[in-house]
Amino acid sequence: MSDPTQLTMTPPAVGTPFQKAGFRRRLLRRPTTLLALAFLALLFGLAVFAPLATGHDPLGGGDSALLEPLSPGHWLGTDDLGRDIWARVVYGSRISLTVGVLSALIAVVVGVVVGALAGYFGGWLDTLLMRIAEFFQTLPRFVVALIVIALFGTSVLKMIVVIAALSWPQLARVVRASVAALAQSQFVDAARVAGMGHGAIIVREILPNVAAPIIVLGSLDIAMAILIEASLSFFGLGDPNHVSWGAMLNDAQQYLRSAWWMSAFPGLAIALTVLSFNVFGDALNDALNPRGPK
Amino acid sequence: MSSFILRRLLHAIPLLLAVVVLNFLLIAFTPGDPITLLVGDFPAPPEYLDQMRREFGLDQPVWVQLLRYLAKVAQGDFGYSFANQQPVATLILERLGATLELTLTALAFASVMGIVFGVVAARAASRPGRGLVDSAIQGTSSAGYAIPDFWLGQLLILVFAIWLGWLPSQGNNPVRGTLPGFDGFVQHLSYLVLPALALSLRYLTLITRITRAAMLEVMNADFILASRSRGASEWTVLVVHALRNAAAPVLTVIGYNVGFVLAGSALIEAVFAWPGIGRLLYESISKRDYPVMLAILLMVSVTVVIANLVTDIVHRWIDPRIERA
Amino acid sequence: MSDSELLLDVRGLSVDIGQGAAALRVVNDLSVTVRRGEAVGLVGESGSGKSMTAFALMNLFPSPLARVAAGQVLLEGRDLARLPPAELRAVRGARVGMVFQDPTSYLDPLMPVGRQIAEPLRAHGRTDGLEARVLELLDMMELPHAARVARQYPHELSGGMRQRILIASALAMRPALLIADEPTTALDVTVQAEILKLLMRLRKELDLGILLITHDLAVVAETCQRVNVMYAGQVVEANEVGSLFAAPRHPYTQGLLASILSPQSRAHSLFSIPGSVPIAGHWPAGCRFHPRCPIALAGLCDSGMPTLRTRGAGADRCLRSDEALAADAWQRNEAAAS
Repeated sequence: MSDPTQLTMTPPAVGTPFQKAGFRRRLLRRPTTLLALAFLALLFGLAVFAPLATGHDPLGGGDSALLEPLSPGHWLGTDDLGRDIWARVVYGSRISLTVGVLSALIAVVVGVVVGALAGYFGGWLDTLLMRIAEFFQTLPRFVVALIVIALFGTSVLKMIVVIAALSWPQLARVVRASVAALAQSQFVDAARVAGMGHGAIIVREILPNVAAPIIVLGSLDIAMAILIEASLSFFGLGDPNHVSWGAMLNDAQQYLRSAWWMSAFPGLAIALTVLSFNVFGDALNDALNPRGPK
Repeated sequence: MSSFILRRLLHAIPLLLAVVVLNFLLIAFTPGDPITLLVGDFPAPPEYLDQMRREFGLDQPVWVQLLRYLAKVAQGDFGYSFANQQPVATLILERLGATLELTLTALAFASVMGIVFGVVAARAASRPGRGLVDSAIQGTSSAGYAIPDFWLGQLLILVFAIWLGWLPSQGNNPVRGTLPGFDGFVQHLSYLVLPALALSLRYLTLITRITRAAMLEVMNADFILASRSRGASEWTVLVVHALRNAAAPVLTVIGYNVGFVLAGSALIEAVFAWPGIGRLLYESISKRDYPVMLAILLMVSVTVVIANLVTDIVHRWIDPRIERA
Repeated sequence: MSDSELLLDVRGLSVDIGQGAAALRVVNDLSVTVRRGEAVGLVGESGSGKSMTAFALMNLFPSPLARVAAGQVLLEGRDLARLPPAELRAVRGARVGMVFQDPTSYLDPLMPVGRQIAEPLRAHGRTDGLEARVLELLDMMELPHAARVARQYPHELSGGMRQRILIASALAMRPALLIADEPTTALDVTVQAEILKLLMRLRKELDLGILLITHDLAVVAETCQRVNVMYAGQVVEANEVGSLFAAPRHPYTQGLLASILSPQSRAHSLFSIPGSVPIAGHWPAGCRFHPRCPIALAGLCDSGMPTLRTRGAGADRCLRSDEALAADAWQRNEAAAS
């Protein structure tokens, strides 16, 4: 499941700092963006303050009825082990957000480092790094993650590492392209003449101009990572110690006839979360890339 | 053109090799005795284990092992699946047909419908007053892209198989056996509908998006205006000029994301109990049947590399401006 | 000059961008005529509305928001602005052809140029002898190796060759009128002269009426018989070329002519019209040029739109043009003499 959106949208032009005037206004212009941000805020709130959002224990059913439909006592019903679905959805957000954000973060760091080195120094380093990136990018992300987790055992940490390892190449290529373009520019020459070392030039002069596309791709990567985590958990390869939306869908598979709520709500949670990150990423892209509406 | 093909092939070969090597490395570095890895969690007679050790030359340096692995792969020997009591290669070949049927249907459906929706959306977007159609298509695309395919599969089962009872939900043929002749074919098709639909959705939204974007960009192009100034009909302008120029990015997106559909098929086959390779993967993971898992990984990776190669070539064929290697 | 000889008769053309209260009138009550075999220039700076005029003639705008708001575009007696789409398509490419500014972007990059030349022929059902006609046109455009060129793609040809392809395509159906919107602006200087020479030759050989839209007065001087000068969406002066250059009546025209660099120009005597072209929609009251005009009279020039007044073979929109001082509004002759 390689991320296809990199081909459908042009990352914002290099040299567009997002502290430009009107950025916030452009970002918040559309109501869908506001909705997405509101949802994400709510989600983060639920994840952090989970015990406040539900009194039920997500891991144990107690004496609750099994497969009970929506009711005042169980807002979203219970599953085959009597566990409250709402509680599990709330706690499940923790895994999704943790894996999503952390893996994207690592991918960004690695991608920026690799891309900056390749773009700035060029030559054989560039070729080597980009061939490696291309190789990783070719591998179908989900299948590789699946196999690797299946072989090496599963845990939250391993999932984060594997997903990050499969996500950095795309970022690296974008960073490399931008850095390579900037490395030839005049203000870099000026900095070099003024005696700045390579490292300082990269960090202080070039990278701030590359921040914009990185942030956009990063937020889209979060969405992709959440989907991959859910898929892995659905396949039974999630961390068994944590509640995960994907695993909930796996449980639901056998009980579709008797308990549709086991499938509907975790799935809805995934869809809304991924959608919100995607909408946010798109809105960021539009705001950073002011191009008149067609 | 043929030199281009040659260059792309040369470029692809190291990738293929890298994929195979990666596979080997996964085997070599997984925790545990490599032999157990190759055999899986199955009780095998100790004599067989010893024989395997000798055969795989585990006392040999790593690079020798790698070469032997490469040789085996080249001959189509992917090992033996103890879980299924069959050579892995045979196992995969058995299930390949079902997966091809599912994925190719989904690919075709998504491509055609995606292009249609994309063209419709682009046309609506460029006429004042029809903006609603465009917004509707775009909004649905965004939403559709966020929906996990396996959840969609469950939803489709809930709606069409359970509540409405129109379509079957598991397998690719009735357990009792198919009806003879054409009826049997139609019956088989009824099993194909829901899984193919679930598998195609995300891909479809992607293609809609890229088609719309490409068409919008092309339709604003000056040469479209020029064509109209010569009296060309709307069809000529839209299809002969606009769509053909938009085709390049659309086809590349279709081609480079085949891996998308392949990966999704694993999940869909699990949901619908479709007897293909994806289902095999699911089973082999729960049974810890490592040879099968690794062989599937290899196969999928190679397919993606080949799909990318073909896409590159088709892209060059469509757009004569592409010169780079 | 009877009406029946007029090939193109544009009467009171107005072009709006947008609808209703927010509409911007970028071309205002414009009238222009072209006869068979005659080259007429339409000169203006960017923002004058000249390109919009060109697109309006075939009712073919790049933006869906632009439209013909008023006036008539009479081609051989038929009003193009009022034709239904099917009939309009029959006219485009057949009775009138158009050549555009940037030959690179106006050619389909994925189609061999021969097919693009043939497009109007196919569009109007003339499919017999297509190949022969295309080769004939390429010869007419002075392109050697016609058969090979026809098979090539636009990116394989030079800028001048691409422009010749555009011209060939515009003339494929032997239209009576050719609209050329800045046909040489995007080309190298040496190529510009060749293309202009080509256009003038075609005008004579085919008895072609040409409406040449340009910002460059020098181009007009070399190629046209009559010229119209546009400012802020209106024609401010029209005349035969010789008369206009010898005795321009409108201060804007005089300013334009004075701005042309010549071998006699010296740095201390370089001239440019002070101020800048008003933004569409923010036109001054009365005469649109008056804020920049050296002879503007308060009370006269800032109230009421001046009309185009005919005088002899020419016309102009200056309220003071029959006064003596208007003949040299910028007082250049004295400056040049000193």
